Amino acid sequence: MTKPTKQELKEYTADADAWFSEHTPRDVGFMLPLTFMEVGTDQQFDFLRAWQRKQYEAGYLGAHWPKEYGGGGLHPKFQAVASTVMQKHNVPITLNAIGTNWAGPLLLDIGSEAHKKKYIKGILSAEDIWCQGFSEPDNGSDLGGLKLRAERDGNNYILNGSKIWTTLGAHAKYMILLARSDPDPKSKYAGMSFILTPMDAPGISTKKIKKITGEHGFTQTFFENANIPADGLVGAEGQGWRVAMQLLEYERGARAGQAGGIIMQTPDAFAIVDLARSAIRDGKPAIDDPVLRDKLVDFIIEIHAQNLNQIRAKIPGLNSEHPAGLMLMNKLVFSEQAREISQFAMTLLGENSAWYVDETNAPDGGLWARSYLNAFSATIGGGTSEIQHNILAEHVLGLPKDNIRVDA
Amino acid sequence: MMRKLADIGLNEMQVEMADLASRFCTEKSPIEQVRALLNDKQGYSESVWSEIVALGLTGIAVSSEFGGSGLGLAEVAPVVEHMGRTLMAGPYSDTILAAHIINSVASEDQKQSYLPQICAGRTCALGLSEPHGDWGLGKITTQASPSKSGYVLSGEKRLVSFADAADFILVTVVQDGVPALVILDRKDIPGAALRRENIIDETVRSYSLNLNGLTINTDALMVSTHMPDALNALHLAANLLNAAVMVGGTKAVLDLTIDYANTRIQFGRPIGAYQAVKHPLVDAWIGYEKARALLYSAAHSFSTEAEIAVRMARVKAETAFAFAADRAIQFHGATGFTHDCDAGLYRRRALYCASRYGDAAYQKHKLANLLFS
Repeated sequence: MTKPTKQELKEYTADADAWFSEHTPRDVGFMLPLTFMEVGTDQQFDFLRAWQRKQYEAGYLGAHWPKEYGGGGLHPKFQAVASTVMQKHNVPITLNAIGTNWAGPLLLDIGSEAHKKKYIKGILSAEDIWCQGFSEPDNGSDLGGLKLRAERDGNNYILNGSKIWTTLGAHAKYMILLARSDPDPKSKYAGMSFILTPMDAPGISTKKIKKITGEHGFTQTFFENANIPADGLVGAEGQGWRVAMQLLEYERGARAGQAGGIIMQTPDAFAIVDLARSAIRDGKPAIDDPVLRDKLVDFIIEIHAQNLNQIRAKIPGLNSEHPAGLMLMNKLVFSEQAREISQFAMTLLGENSAWYVDETNAPDGGLWARSYLNAFSATIGGGTSEIQHNILAEHVLGLPKDNIRVDA
Repeated sequence: MMRKLADIGLNEMQVEMADLASRFCTEKSPIEQVRALLNDKQGYSESVWSEIVALGLTGIAVSSEFGGSGLGLAEVAPVVEHMGRTLMAGPYSDTILAAHIINSVASEDQKQSYLPQICAGRTCALGLSEPHGDWGLGKITTQASPSKSGYVLSGEKRLVSFADAADFILVTVVQDGVPALVILDRKDIPGAALRRENIIDETVRSYSLNLNGLTINTDALMVSTHMPDALNALHLAANLLNAAVMVGGTKAVLDLTIDYANTRIQFGRPIGAYQAVKHPLVDAWIGYEKARALLYSAAHSFSTEAEIAVRMARVKAETAFAFAADRAIQFHGATGFTHDCDAGLYRRRALYCASRYGDAAYQKHKLANLLFS
């Protein structure tokens, strides 16, 4: 594929800019989620599904994915431009993120021809919603301890066990499932298989879990002698851990190939400045308080620095001495930042922070309270902040693993 | 409300300067050399300074008509960053800053007289601080009063780095009610007027300068209608270079601590295996990467929209360096408490840098006014 000329990119950018200026939904009349993990109501789900389809049909999702499977067939630079334009217009998030950003690129890289033909287009159009089956009730951060059993039966697998914290579990058509295919493996991480699982197979059921926000959004998923076709196997049987680790690299931004789009909106630091302007303390705007000003400046510096890190990661010579580091730290930094900012926003609201979603008195419809509570979905889900610290320490800084022994 | 903040970028000369400075500083300023210089009267090696001059580093930000290479502070920042990494001390930053303000306020004759000398390796110390300790460079009590042969000075400057070995000392004064600069020839300053200060960073030589009764010729006085703006610009330039020193120091002290955490064994494992050690090191590294992003954004935008970018870089560089160096001492255990441990050199450097040209709280106060007005 030839690299696009500056002129071609310029024209594409202008087209995308015009399209998103015209079509980006504003003031939809209800609160939109900031991440795909926060989709809590059918109203939000239906809206975001239609929005993703519209972006895809306009050519702005998977623009660089192969045409024969449903992508746009363009050079990756075009999708990068489109995603930047989306960021600029602060567009609503991409609903089917597990498909577009994790499962999709994985299948394009190591899936079979049949997988690509069957799944890619539905991922992009949000026709087929995807969910992820990694965590189990007894195995969260310690993913390697998972127990869900996948027993080979001719051309099928028989699944028994349960998965939990399944985002969009009640809506999903497919799950990327990590299961134990060998009940007696040589080591903890051996004997797992990575299987694309149809959620409508008999024996699979979901139970909604109510979140701390009071909304629904994810499920526990039960497998009782669920019989699924074995052609959903990705990679070889028993090699599931390796496939799962590759998937996590897409998830953490350490490997490229994602369909693009916005999967997480980050709070705008200047939005809390506006809150500080309108909040009154002892008859004066809170923004006149030197302590609050100091804190606000800190937030703006932290957010701006991390935004600059995104840009410099693409500039050789300005990237980190640990090239993957700037991307690997994103999950930790952005999720903790979002939590801290929404928490600080609550303190700025003062007495008004007592009101919650659906209360007519609540400022911004209770946005900040809900954002704070929802922020934990990102600081815990996908590897807790504590696990992220371990990953960065071990994979970026080169520090030893926790369980190393030198005296044994 | 969305507000446009400074962008980031890197030009080829910055890359070249970073490569050159990285090689040069690593070779010329190994830690043994830094330690050997701690007890040296001058505090830096004359031969290393000659090499800095020979490489053209003193003239980076001076225009070519005066013998420099006509670049700017954006290209100085990577050099100073690498000096910071290796704790290389000396008159480099202050000489660069002196040239910067001479170029902006001096007369043509003065520029012709001093800038080529600076490019050629003459050093210039900066006398900006006064006993009142106010970081604003516009608060000046030193006076230059007319006398028979020119002017007579009164007042005292403090924290004048590497003043004893300097060829020139540039000081701020008030003359006829407005701020001005006076450039002093070191040879004209009596030995008793300089008193060596004992400061927290042992790699720096710092002096108090008693100016009372010192007389100067009229051609040593630099006056300009835009002196207040020039002093503001000098303040920002000083903060930019100070941020670069601190970003460099943060990286070095972090690497030092990571090495130690990988090799020091307690309870049968390297201490870096313990999350109580490894997690703060990750936080220190994240602070470093953020500070570095802000530094290069500030360097990139220095000539256009500098103030917010520089102050942000200064804040983050200070907090990142303070945290990394503070944890470096703690994670070295009892060794960290000794004078022989290099962690202490960095922590002392970090404290010294924090004290110069406005600390993080001061910068944030300024930023709040810039951002929320």
